[in-house]
Amino acid sequence: MSTPLLEIREVSTFYGAVEALKGVSISVAPGEIVTLIGANGAGKSTLLMTICGDPRARSGRVIFDGQDITERPTHHIMRGGIAQSPEGRRVFPRMSVHENLLLGAQSQGIDPAPGLEQAFTLFPRLEERQAQRAGTLSGGEQQMLAIARALMSRPRLLLLDEPSLGLAPLVSKQIFQAIRKLNAETGLTVLLVEQNANQALRLAHRGYVLVTGRITMSGTGRELLARPEVRDAYLGGH
Amino acid sequence: MSLARTRRPVLGAALKDAGLAALVAAGLFLPMVGLRTDVGPTGALFLRTRWTDVLLLMAIVFAGRFLLRFWQEWRAERHGPSVQKRLAGPLSRSGRFVAPVLLLFALLLPAIPGIGRYELDLGILVLTYVMLGWGLNIVVGLAGLLDLGYVAFYAVGAYSYALLAQYFGLSFWICLPLAGLLAAFWGILLGFPVLRLRGDYLAIVTLGFGEIIRLVLLNWVSLTGGPNGISGIPRPSFFGLAFTAGGGPGSFADFFGLEPSPTHRVVFLYYLILALALLTNWVTLRLRRQPLGRAWEAMREDEIACRSLGINITTTKLTAFALGAMFGGFAGAFFATRQAFISPESFTFIESAIILAIVVLGGLGSQLGVAIAALVLIGGFEVFRDLQEWRMLVFGAAMVLIMIWKPRGLVGSRNPTVALGEKRTISAAMVAEGRG
Repeated sequence: MSTPLLEIREVSTFYGAVEALKGVSISVAPGEIVTLIGANGAGKSTLLMTICGDPRARSGRVIFDGQDITERPTHHIMRGGIAQSPEGRRVFPRMSVHENLLLGAQSQGIDPAPGLEQAFTLFPRLEERQAQRAGTLSGGEQQMLAIARALMSRPRLLLLDEPSLGLAPLVSKQIFQAIRKLNAETGLTVLLVEQNANQALRLAHRGYVLVTGRITMSGTGRELLARPEVRDAYLGGH
Repeated sequence: MSLARTRRPVLGAALKDAGLAALVAAGLFLPMVGLRTDVGPTGALFLRTRWTDVLLLMAIVFAGRFLLRFWQEWRAERHGPSVQKRLAGPLSRSGRFVAPVLLLFALLLPAIPGIGRYELDLGILVLTYVMLGWGLNIVVGLAGLLDLGYVAFYAVGAYSYALLAQYFGLSFWICLPLAGLLAAFWGILLGFPVLRLRGDYLAIVTLGFGEIIRLVLLNWVSLTGGPNGISGIPRPSFFGLAFTAGGGPGSFADFFGLEPSPTHRVVFLYYLILALALLTNWVTLRLRRQPLGRAWEAMREDEIACRSLGINITTTKLTAFALGAMFGGFAGAFFATRQAFISPESFTFIESAIILAIVVLGGLGSQLGVAIAALVLIGGFEVFRDLQEWRMLVFGAAMVLIMIWKPRGLVGSRNPTVALGEKRTISAAMVAEGRG
């Protein structure tokens, strides 16, 4: 395996006195799709947020592309090749789809044209709805917009927080297909947090299982899918 | 038949609702109106009851609430729930004509026959509030930061000019930018401690900030004169030409060969505040279409999403506070030079509340809406002057009615700042929007 694009070493994160992450270590190689599965409250989203520096890790290191980004302010991290599609999509509801996308490229100060083109090739639906207010889009379209908006900054690492949340199975399948396509065609590295373990493990090259702030298992997607503990705990036992 | 069947639950619900409202009214009015103490002939207080008045008030509340509910239900039944949306289209389109007409009216007002000193003074007052509304609109409407202490920056601007003129003899034109800068500085000073606060918490801190500024002005007697205020604040000149009542060499009237008249200064002040207000509007409209303005609006919509996109929330918030405060400061300096006298009494919380009401009633973020709301509220307040204390009631009723009729404010719709293809026409409308 080549040198990792993202490496998390023994990271512990606290909310006040509550230890949400207890010495978590994971790594993501360039071009990989890595998924993080676990139950509600296991600390999946906290791990993604810690990578972004909000909340900051109390101990341990976050290394991105060979650089220690643990102590950097969030807006620096998010301008340096990492993008996040946050949990619950969080599109700007009163602003148009086009404005939402522009905001994705804004802090980078880069030309939005190539990003827009990529977004519309990936999600043609967004091109049709450019002038529409983002709040009037369907859940699936909002998720497409959230991903496309994150991609506007031309990141090397995309953090996806529960993209299938609240979506119909068919729609979440479309989203997962788009992620696969993106990874295959552009070599984009993806760290995906999911409750929908089945779909996530099928999509990912590798996966980690997070239980109450600790990594309990790791392996390729196929391996994890085959593990009886994973099947019992996260796949509804079938 | 079917009509009657659909109506009956509506009628019942409306009756029930009206009954509840009447009960609430009874709770309020029983002690406030029903019981009254009068001074008897011996000087002792005796209690008088006024139950008929209470019953009358309850009946009015009952009838009003019933009619309102009934009308709402009836309208929903007849037009469906989308009536607001269907109205939004024509309204935003008519905005294209309203704004230029208002602007033209504002520009020509002093030349219209029959417009005298009183009307011009009223125009100045309205425009001052238009400017304050536009300034606060940056903070509340665009950036979504609820600021209840905006009057503090108005006060900083006014006192900056008054004190700089008094102690250093600086002229209005030098002090105007300084007042804006000082207010912006105070805006940043307020911004730092409230960076992590949102919504109600932010509102409370800004409210406290506004009071602190007023109390400092009130108690720092050696500098500000305390409750006595500062008088004899110099009037502005027109490129060095003074507006002296008697004319004389070097005065405005003398230079242009006009008959000396006190109206000249009023007209000048009118155009000055019009220019300042239009400057505020122009800057806001320009910024809205630039990354900073877009970041403000995005922050209003979702702060966490902003952070995930690498937008620096600290600078975004501070610039909003600073710019909003700066325009408040400009307006304050203008206020000082117009009145020639200022005291802390002019900068009480009610001023902040009125400015906020203008922004909210106008429709958060809408330039045209703010202008219309200022015209309606401030102008209307003046029109109903004969009603004396009853005008507060009219004022309150007007606000309630606007919020029922248009809960998102007079101009509640928002056009995208970047237009695509066929939407370009709307973009043109937006450029014109609020210029009045």
